[in-house]
Amino acid sequence: MARTQTRRDFLLRAAAIGCSAAASPLVTPVSFAAAPWDNRLVVIILRGAMDGLDAVRPWGDADFAAARPGLAATRDSALDLDGYFGLHPALADLMPLWRARELAAVQAVSTPYRDRRSHFDGQDLLEAGIVDLSGGVRDGWLNRMLQGVPGVTAQTTYAIGQENMLLSTGEMPVSRWSPDVDLSLSAQGLRLLEMTMQDDPVLAAAMAEAVLLADSDGDSVMAKDEADMMTSMQGGAIRGREGHLRIADFTALQLRDAARIASFSIGGWDTHVNQGNTLARPLRRLSEVLLRLKDGLGADVWGKTTVVAMTEFGRTVRENGTRGTDHGTGGAMLLAGGAVRGGQVYGAWPGLAEAALYDRRDLMPTSDVRAWAAWAMRGAFGLERDHLETTVFPGLEMGADPGLIR
Amino acid sequence: MGFDPIRAETRFGFGLSPRIAPPTGIEEMLDGVRVRDEMARRFPIEPFDEFRARIAERAISRKASRSEDMSEDARAAAKARQKAISRKAYRDGLGWMRQAMLRRIETRTGFRERLAAFWGDHFTAYGKGAVIRAGTGPYLEEAVRPNLAGRFEDLLIAAVTHPLMLNFLNQDRSIGPNSVQGRNKPGRGLNENLAREVLELHTLGVDGPYTQGDVRQLAELFTGLDWTPQRGALFRKKAVEPGPETVLGKLYGGAPRIAPVLEVLRDLARHPATARHIAWKLAVHFVADQPENDLVAAMEARFLETGGDLPAVYEAMLRHPAAWAGPGNIKRPIAFVASSLRALDAAPAVLSPWGYKEINQNLRRPLMRMGQPWERPIGPDGWAEEDSAWTTPQGMAGRLQWALSLPELLGQAGPDPREFVEVALGPGAPESVRFAARAAESRREGVALVLMAPAFQRY
Repeated sequence: MARTQTRRDFLLRAAAIGCSAAASPLVTPVSFAAAPWDNRLVVIILRGAMDGLDAVRPWGDADFAAARPGLAATRDSALDLDGYFGLHPALADLMPLWRARELAAVQAVSTPYRDRRSHFDGQDLLEAGIVDLSGGVRDGWLNRMLQGVPGVTAQTTYAIGQENMLLSTGEMPVSRWSPDVDLSLSAQGLRLLEMTMQDDPVLAAAMAEAVLLADSDGDSVMAKDEADMMTSMQGGAIRGREGHLRIADFTALQLRDAARIASFSIGGWDTHVNQGNTLARPLRRLSEVLLRLKDGLGADVWGKTTVVAMTEFGRTVRENGTRGTDHGTGGAMLLAGGAVRGGQVYGAWPGLAEAALYDRRDLMPTSDVRAWAAWAMRGAFGLERDHLETTVFPGLEMGADPGLIR
Repeated sequence: MGFDPIRAETRFGFGLSPRIAPPTGIEEMLDGVRVRDEMARRFPIEPFDEFRARIAERAISRKASRSEDMSEDARAAAKARQKAISRKAYRDGLGWMRQAMLRRIETRTGFRERLAAFWGDHFTAYGKGAVIRAGTGPYLEEAVRPNLAGRFEDLLIAAVTHPLMLNFLNQDRSIGPNSVQGRNKPGRGLNENLAREVLELHTLGVDGPYTQGDVRQLAELFTGLDWTPQRGALFRKKAVEPGPETVLGKLYGGAPRIAPVLEVLRDLARHPATARHIAWKLAVHFVADQPENDLVAAMEARFLETGGDLPAVYEAMLRHPAAWAGPGNIKRPIAFVASSLRALDAAPAVLSPWGYKEINQNLRRPLMRMGQPWERPIGPDGWAEEDSAWTTPQGMAGRLQWALSLPELLGQAGPDPREFVEVALGPGAPESVRFAARAAESRREGVALVLMAPAFQRY
């Protein structure tokens, strides 16, 4: 049992640093119910509108190269997916996943959001999973998905990173953790913290789990000396660049354990200028996160995992005047994991001829991004279609089963 | 149990200070809400009326940057100007956050600052756009802060008809489907967002006596409420849905004027369900997640008797013994940070020189980690009141990490923990915390232990 092993490790470490672990309220409050499922789901929000036409390039479309003379300059056969689409060079490291049929894309998807093309509204709608914003926004679809599922605890779902994500917000309990939290205390400090917290069991329990999590996410809480503590306090910014990898590592750690669902976001997709450079960075980050997750989860858990990466909208078909692209409509989503029936680009391709575009400028959406997410959840967790179409994504028509999940 | 100076400062203010004496009685606390606003004068925040010029200027630059009539150089210059305006708004916004924090640290009228925060949260609003996203401080300065000591209806009207609220809850996109504009713009129409939140959040409460039909009628009545960056709030007759509307059984309007909108807001503000909702919410915020019924009833009664005179409602709370009893709520992160800095006497001399980078690093990011990003609750319902929302592992870790970083943040080793425990917690400090302060290995850890102690974590 992975969980038992982790607990014991912590108790040993805690004992080694001098915590009176057995009797300590700082290490005892965590209790774990059986997880409701064995499969895993990771939802990654790509904030800023990923250019789906650049990430998954439709080389087979005669109008593609003409619309993007700068961006679509060279076609590399090593990045070919299915003879029609090809990956962006910054995603080259994902080709082995594609060949192993553990990576899929869906083209020409969008939320029901149209025309105003605001990041704020677009992301709200994507995370709320609703049809429009006129009724207000309170909770996210990932949280509503948990409603009515037996055995769900706060440990089932992790929202990871610094931000409060609407996606996982709502009535159902969800854990939050940001691996950039860095606690550093002396052994004496830990002992005294435990003592002062004793007066308040609720605070003591939260503090105990905080110490556990902080100790598990990359560097130990115990500081050797004051200098170590200062380095730690000042280190946040230096490590910031690698933040996405810390998030991936923490996600894998939790999913190997009691967690079944994790969500986080990757930013940097708003590539209005010099997209040739600016898009490579977040794509590389996404690629690194996926590979790191696969590594961290191990073959067995990866085999039960579905990763869904989605963005608020796509970008204009044509390049703009600053070698970038502007806010559009239809875009792409990516799926990865051993549970995914990969090696395919899903979705109906509408074509890039001007008459086929939305507003004569954007990729025409041919399916609702929520439907694919719904099928991924149905495949992973066996959720009822009715629950998905009324509670999780109100008003959604899931349509025929695309066979996304093995 | 009744008035106690320490509790007055901790439960109803932003905590104890080594330099500023706590109030001596309930009268002083209430006077503090009415007297000249010294904190606003010492630590100014740009009012929205000035702020909106930035939005207008950015729009002009944006237009120029896309104009076919201009040279490429002129377009590039306009683009750069557009970006500079957004950047300056963001940076100035961080400056206003520091000002708001300094008001909490330096105030002699802590109850007033707590009320400003409470009502700012009750009327949560933030803009969605490159510049307007920094406009929450300016909005609060103009709509909420001057109205803490008047009638609830005036506060309600100031907040609900404010440009920032109209933007936040999409009222500025709502037009009557049968209005002049509506007939010319097929596809555009009513947006219920503001109407719904006024009933559910701002006045009657989610269990209040209204139906979906009332939401719809109120949304129709609200058509015409609009604003522009150039002119501020305005009433757009061409967007008004013709005909009268019925809200909670009463007929309003008929003519395209703002008077019926103000009338319905005044009626909603005085409604018994609103009295109950506001009394309950104040008691939950200041006293306990489950406040005594008797306390809420006393406040509700005063609200109804006085037609929503807010100081009378505050007084009913402060005069009730239950308001002073019990362990108190868990401080929210902003209050934790503010009361920590106040206890440490982090004077303006320390905070005022901070540039936007320092403010970001020392305040904004830590608050995010603690789960309360500045002026950014997820929805219009504002921050959760329940303790359980704040006693999370992530939240507690964020607090501890920040508390341990204080020597770097303040540029000094910090006070002697043995003295600090008396300053921060007063003469009633628990023995366990005194012990920890004595036994700590360093000032850093000693101060952090005092700040993390349950006695300091609660109001």
